[in-house]
Amino acid sequence: MDTTPLANGPNLLEVRGLTKIFGTLKACDQVDLTIAKGEIHALLGENGAGKSTLVKMLFGSLEPNAGEIGWNGKTVNITSPGVAKKLGIGMVFQHFSLFEALTAAENIALSLADDTPISTIAAKARALSYSYGLPLDPDSLVGDLSVGERQRIEIIRCLLQTPELIILDEPTSVLTPQEADKLFETLERLRAEGKSILYISHRLDEVRRLCDRATIMRHGKVVGHCDPRQETPASLARLMVGTDVKNAERTTASVRGQELLSICGMSRKPAGPFSMPLKNIWLEVAGGEVIGIAGVAGNGQGELFEAISGEALQDSADAIRIRGQAAGRMGISARRLLGAAFVPEERLGHGAAPRMRLSENLLLSRHTTDGKAFVGTAGLVKSGAIQKAAQRIIQAMDVRKSAPDPEAAALSGGNLQKFIIGRELDRNPAVMVVNQPTWGVDAGAAARIRQALIELARNGSAVLVISQDLDELFEISDSIAVMHNGELSKPIPIAEATLERIGLLMGGAEPGHLDHEKEVA
Amino acid sequence: MLEGILLTIATAATPLLIAAVGELVVERSGVLNLGVEGMMVMGAVTGFGVALATGSPWLGVLAAIIVGALFSLLFGFLTLTLVTNQVATGLALTLLGLGLAGMLGESFVGLPGVKMIYIYIPGLTDLPLVGKLFFGQDPLFYVSILLTAGVAYFLFKTRAGLTLRSVGDNHASAHALGIKVIGIRYMAVMFGGACAGLAGAYLSLVYTPQWNENMTAGRGWIALALVVFASWRPWRVLAGAYLFGAVSIGQLHAQALGIGVPSQLLSSLPYLATVVVLVLISRNRRLTMVNTPASLGRPFVPDR
Repeated sequence: MDTTPLANGPNLLEVRGLTKIFGTLKACDQVDLTIAKGEIHALLGENGAGKSTLVKMLFGSLEPNAGEIGWNGKTVNITSPGVAKKLGIGMVFQHFSLFEALTAAENIALSLADDTPISTIAAKARALSYSYGLPLDPDSLVGDLSVGERQRIEIIRCLLQTPELIILDEPTSVLTPQEADKLFETLERLRAEGKSILYISHRLDEVRRLCDRATIMRHGKVVGHCDPRQETPASLARLMVGTDVKNAERTTASVRGQELLSICGMSRKPAGPFSMPLKNIWLEVAGGEVIGIAGVAGNGQGELFEAISGEALQDSADAIRIRGQAAGRMGISARRLLGAAFVPEERLGHGAAPRMRLSENLLLSRHTTDGKAFVGTAGLVKSGAIQKAAQRIIQAMDVRKSAPDPEAAALSGGNLQKFIIGRELDRNPAVMVVNQPTWGVDAGAAARIRQALIELARNGSAVLVISQDLDELFEISDSIAVMHNGELSKPIPIAEATLERIGLLMGGAEPGHLDHEKEVA
Repeated sequence: MLEGILLTIATAATPLLIAAVGELVVERSGVLNLGVEGMMVMGAVTGFGVALATGSPWLGVLAAIIVGALFSLLFGFLTLTLVTNQVATGLALTLLGLGLAGMLGESFVGLPGVKMIYIYIPGLTDLPLVGKLFFGQDPLFYVSILLTAGVAYFLFKTRAGLTLRSVGDNHASAHALGIKVIGIRYMAVMFGGACAGLAGAYLSLVYTPQWNENMTAGRGWIALALVVFASWRPWRVLAGAYLFGAVSIGQLHAQALGIGVPSQLLSSLPYLATVVVLVLISRNRRLTMVNTPASLGRPFVPDR
């Protein structure tokens, strides 16, 4: 670490002209940022705006190509996360940096100073976690914990280092609203103690409530500063995107049609040591309606999706009915042939083969269901027909791409997701099941996807959306059910659903399934 | 008779145990080094040669340890610094070691070697039945037990061991915490090389104090299998090594007794037994998942 004196300022952190280039892409271009002591500073921007690249440079995991970082009035060279920690910079990662095969206490121990005795860490972590309202059991194995609990470990691990600057990258995306409230109290307490916080979030309400100042990034550049308390969510979104963002329009719920997807008392044993069992799940989705499934990540949503899509079979064929047909023992293609369509959570590697072209990805998912259209005699592929269908989807969903038929991995997350959703919509499915439709997708593409899902339902299809994004579920659903610990609550009609009620169910405070059983009985 | 059998079992198990415990540390750090056989045979030829030249088996052991570590350093440089494929590099290391040792040891073939002197404690060693077993074996037997205990203590009770396990579990996270992933892996690889060298020296200085080209006879591969069989736990490696040793000695006695089973079948018993136990052990998926280093064999390139 070389330190040279610099003009004295009251700021804790002063970043000037920081630039990071990946190949030909300027991920960060001449970024300036100042953070004062005792402030909560928001960093806003769409996906791919360069926020994560910037904070990685501040934390020493990436090396800037140009620019300098001032810390307490001195220019510093942050060459590794170890150096950042010594300076007093702590970071809570968006994608967890935890060790699954180690206990919570061991995970925490790894980021503390070398001379901390290991035997005392469990007690210390327990005490600190309760004092911050984020209780955790230090002896539990991280692999067994829910995503929310893992987030607590990340936060406590960071706080135990008593950093001067805490960087939080999307900390609330896996917390219930109540847990998020507790986190905000903690952050306000830290601000009162004179610590500084750099807060990255998509949730503009949070930013308006919590942050003193905001820096907005777009395409790698800082495009503005504002006081978020003086802004509205719409004006903040406009600053981030550069244009107005429309919310999806929802016409009043149409007449509820026939039940197209029924799940009757479905259970599933945990598939692996770290996965969740499903416990007696009942759900009916009728034509014309969108049902949303909320829940903190890791409460069985992935397992539910696999069971519905046919990646995991049920013991009983009657556990799942698609358009009245018992489908519990059917594979994915058979279920698709019944008129169902599925979009998994992970785009690259699950929803699409990354190194294959869009047209090839189209054929991969539809060669059985649209065999006659795409595959000719003797199994020869009709490339003309596939190209045409791919173009149709690209136009319908406004997929933006750099080549006529690029590899899936070459598309940005939002555009690939639009293509994958469009690929299923193109078949006009009677039942559509989507897991995290807009996770990591920028605001413009997300609005387009949500609108498409609503339109599909209004045209008579049954739509089931699993999402961690509560704003999204409130925007598009007719009813919202909540998953907690492998159990699914009774769907709450949107008119009766409040953020508080859903949040309580997400935290498991109110056993939703009991409610449900009473009504059945 | 029984004492004699137990002693030969210990002698058969010790080289496997030493090599496997070393490889366990390497794999716990997330590196898969398939070159154990090659490092072992290099240790064997070095140990034999140096002991022959100096007359001191201890100098032979020391030289074998150093050569094993240096030989593994080659593997470390290729896989960690140049990020070559670990499987291919490990296989190449084995082939290189076998060839090189054969060449270096050409003039040693047929020469009588230097045998390490067994422990003798008056009184204790003379105790009936247990005396020789506990107080009268070769010094390296005791080293192998202490090594197992030391590695178990290091991995699960010390901070450095925790750091090493974290690197094997998730190297990207470890890097993000400021842990020097590559440095730790170099140390682990060299420890594994030193152990393999020591195991080789055991073969040429204790097991059969002579040199022939094929003297490791696949023991490096057995050591590798034992690490998996033991689901990366040191004391289970010990149990596995002794199980393998017991079955190999047992089948020799069975052959000598001339029971009506083809000798080829009997010779395959140790391998068969190991496979069966391996399958049985891995049925506990939770245990396997928790102990398997999740980054095993995955190259680490920090993005800068």
